[in-house]
Amino acid sequence: MATKASRSAARLMMAPAVVLLLGWMLVPLIMTLWFSFTKYLPMRGDSIANGLDWVGFENYGRFVTSSSFWPSVQTTLIIVGGVLVITVALGIVLAILLDQPMWGQGVVRIFVIAPFFVMPTVSALVWKNMFMDPVNGLLAHIWKFFGATPVEWLSQASLPSLIMIVSWQWLPFATLILLTAIQSLDSEQLEAAEMDGAPVLKRFWYIVLPHLSRAVTIVILIQTIFLLSIFAEIFVTTGGAFGTKTLSYLIFQRVLESQNIGLGSAGGVYAIILANIVAIFLMRIVGKNLDA
Amino acid sequence: MARAVTPKRKMINTIVAWSVGLLIFFPILWTILTSFKTEAQAINDPPLFLFFDWTLENYSVVQERSDYMRFLWNSVILAGGSTLLGIIVAIPAAWSMAFVPSKRTKDILLWMLSTKMLPAVGVLYPIYLVFIQLGLLDTRAGLTIVLMLINLPIIVWMLYTYFREIPGEILEAARMDGASLKEEILYVLTPMAIPGIASTVLLNFILAWNEAFWTLNLTAAKAAPLTAFIASYSSPEGLFYAKLSAASTMAIAPILVLGWFSQKQLVRGLTFGAVK
Repeated sequence: MATKASRSAARLMMAPAVVLLLGWMLVPLIMTLWFSFTKYLPMRGDSIANGLDWVGFENYGRFVTSSSFWPSVQTTLIIVGGVLVITVALGIVLAILLDQPMWGQGVVRIFVIAPFFVMPTVSALVWKNMFMDPVNGLLAHIWKFFGATPVEWLSQASLPSLIMIVSWQWLPFATLILLTAIQSLDSEQLEAAEMDGAPVLKRFWYIVLPHLSRAVTIVILIQTIFLLSIFAEIFVTTGGAFGTKTLSYLIFQRVLESQNIGLGSAGGVYAIILANIVAIFLMRIVGKNLDA
Repeated sequence: MARAVTPKRKMINTIVAWSVGLLIFFPILWTILTSFKTEAQAINDPPLFLFFDWTLENYSVVQERSDYMRFLWNSVILAGGSTLLGIIVAIPAAWSMAFVPSKRTKDILLWMLSTKMLPAVGVLYPIYLVFIQLGLLDTRAGLTIVLMLINLPIIVWMLYTYFREIPGEILEAARMDGASLKEEILYVLTPMAIPGIASTVLLNFILAWNEAFWTLNLTAAKAAPLTAFIASYSSPEGLFYAKLSAASTMAIAPILVLGWFSQKQLVRGLTFGAVK
């Protein structure tokens, strides 16, 4: 039973975490909002100390009308969508495969899960140089072996290559969660269906897939949050060239490379809004689970 | 779902699963193998798999050239420090949410999670300015705090889901016996929650170790961890595959081992208990 004393103690104990996160959220958010309404070019002498010129919604308009805006939104959607489709589809197949009786299941699981623990900069560099390099990469060797001309992966097929690298990193996560969900499936139900003569595909479609729907939703939502802000993979492989500039990478370039803080901040506000739309869906689902 | 199957079927399952598993693991395996080759062997056509002159030379070269140990040490401090700090802040918060829930507990939890979704790139410059102002740029202290803050919501959530499974009666009994709040948390709750705390620590250590936005953008030389060390290899000069592989292997080996141990907890942690 919670007494009055323990209630106030509880509030006190929550305080550090709440205050820290509140500061972490509000301080940069307010600054970003402020900058987004100003002309702020540090290279041309603008600084907070000298006072920033208020320009209203100019930065917001310029960010959206710039020629790189829509392509960057498109690139973001293609990368996020592509990675989601690949990881969810292959994840389901892999989860079902790993759930079958076999020898050395633990070892296979360790193999499958390993890419998730590889830091993004490492996986991007390894793929870029050792696999996708058109001269010395392993894929070039394989292409040459079959008499084909090696592909310049990261310039000729930059988006598919990037999607491949990111999918490789996230497939373990999808597989692991889907596998956990499959293992909680009531096997008696499947056996009954099997005895009644339901073919494999029907069993999959009517029993396994509905059971996985919740796990799939969670995979999609959590991955989306992370995929919307992938950075190191692009930074290391193409540096935003060859049509791989996502919305967050575009903002990064505006802020750090062109040093246009006002414009970049306006882009940041757009990105925050986009992420929040996704977040609202995630919250609903996770929030429902809290009541259970 | 352990079902009885024929040995033949089990054999086929095993072969298919091992092939797929090895295919997915192959890039890592290939990197590890290449790290033991000479540079000439690393780009040999046809590629060499196991039959080459194994050498440890690359590892010593990498250490000498780029002072690997310094980056490793930074990674250990940043990941360890941010996780430890996070746990210290999160345990009391998770305790009060799990055992003295109020009407607003759920809202606070969801709000905490929502801070995780703030796109880092949107707030990069403000944080950069604050860091310059406070003299935190390129310091381990500054980066430790940032990593702690981005992982704090996950730490609170994970601890909360673990704490909720501990029966409140035990804590009440301790209270009846005259245990103070501090004693209750230190001597009753914490020992029972050790498995949960351990997996929270593991997962957050991994997340902090691999974090590659703030660690790349807020460090220059002094506080740069392994993510930055590896990124410095993105503009190669001459033959470097074997050295790149050695550096990569050194950067991922510790976390790969940790991750394999905590794979089960990883699922729970990352889905906030929504998939069991």
